[in-house]
Amino acid sequence: MTWDTVDIALMLGKIVFVFAVILTYAAYLVLAERRILGFLQDRIGPNRVGPWGLLQPLADVIKMLTKEDMIPSAADRLLFSLAPAMAALPAILTFAIIPLGAPVEIFGHKVTMQVADLNVGVLYFMALSSVAVYGVALGGWASNSKYALLGSIRGLSQLISYELSMGLSLVPVVMLAKSLSLADIVNAQADMPFIVYQPLAFAIFLVSILAECRRIPFDLPEAEGELVAGFHTEYSGMRFGLFFVGEYINIISLGSLASLFFLGGWRGPLLPPILWFFIKVGLFSFLFIWVRGTLPRLRYDQLMHLGWKFLTPLALLNILVTGWWLALR
Amino acid sequence: MEATVFYILAAILLIGTLCAITARQAVRAIVYLVVSFFALALMFYLLGAPLIAAFEVIIYAGAIMVLFLFVIMMLELESPEKLPKPRFSDWWPALALVVVVVGALAVLLLSHVRAVPPGFTDIPVRQFAYTLFKQYGVAVEIVSMQLLFALVGALYLGRRK
Repeated sequence: MTWDTVDIALMLGKIVFVFAVILTYAAYLVLAERRILGFLQDRIGPNRVGPWGLLQPLADVIKMLTKEDMIPSAADRLLFSLAPAMAALPAILTFAIIPLGAPVEIFGHKVTMQVADLNVGVLYFMALSSVAVYGVALGGWASNSKYALLGSIRGLSQLISYELSMGLSLVPVVMLAKSLSLADIVNAQADMPFIVYQPLAFAIFLVSILAECRRIPFDLPEAEGELVAGFHTEYSGMRFGLFFVGEYINIISLGSLASLFFLGGWRGPLLPPILWFFIKVGLFSFLFIWVRGTLPRLRYDQLMHLGWKFLTPLALLNILVTGWWLALR
Repeated sequence: MEATVFYILAAILLIGTLCAITARQAVRAIVYLVVSFFALALMFYLLGAPLIAAFEVIIYAGAIMVLFLFVIMMLELESPEKLPKPRFSDWWPALALVVVVVGALAVLLLSHVRAVPPGFTDIPVRQFAYTLFKQYGVAVEIVSMQLLFALVGALYLGRRK
């Protein structure tokens, strides 16, 4: 593997670009959520800071950074400060494998619009999503508070359960694309997005990523009615901010993956590829907010029932049917 | 460049594992162990086995350690300050293992068999899958059946009372 300066510069450029895009997107997703929720609940929402409240994210960041950063005296200091990073990092790292658009030509180099095209892309995503559990688990445990601990135990079991159905719902996609690389999966959808062949897998994946984001109707780890704020009860200032932003980055990354696996990623007529990609991700982000404004929270036993007795068997059945179909075709 | 990365990873791996062994707090030991699993995964990637690297993280860091964490959180262990310090008699099985490992290493180094690095090439997933499921298919099936038996057995033993 030989690397020349242009390659390294391009790689660094891509990393900076992706970072800037997702952090800006996440900041404005928070604002969008508050405005859309306001609209859904027949109120106005934040509109004081800047025109239409557009400077609200900036104000929020300043507020977060200047607030007192408290660590409870009975907390495990090391793990307490590690947990917020563990929550946000996997979501950010997922973007390393997401192709944002079609390959382009820069300075005679063919540049793919993704940071790294791993040949085990899907597994890389599964690995990161299984590591994302640690943020929730350690945050709640290190706080040394019963609400936080209850929240993180709930979070742990929920994330483990829904990871399973999420992984299984991706198997048919890999079977159709015959590759684990995300670039190949998008290329395999050149004629027809996989949602046409795999509507069931798409539905299972969608429910599972809602649960993976720990959002309503699956926000049991936080459940502000019962657990104060769940696993991040004891967090304040920017540490809480990291948990918070991590959730929104997670929405973006899982939304991008859903559009890559089932909607053909950046493929689309007329408009430039990168625009198509962000339209699809935007649709998923909107769906997440819409669901939050619409549905009530599930009970814990309903959550486990849905995951283990309904989604997982259905996903397994779907794999079998897909296998038969591929073999008999 | 690969060699430098390898040695950095090796250092992280060793320090992480050492901290995991000596940590008094069980949850901290898990975190250190997860760190060393990550270093190990990257090492596999460096040696041209991205699939093994991904499995290392998914299975060890993502599933087994999470299960340990879950059990520890549910059990609410006694705080480690109150526990007595380990005595020498608690250490001797570990020391015996150290002697065995060091002995094996010494034999390996003295016998002039040079380990050849595989040359940092990517092994494609397809080739890996063919080797695993065609060449060693029966073995894989036997292992998976054994795991299933263990699962059913554990369920049976747990339900009897």
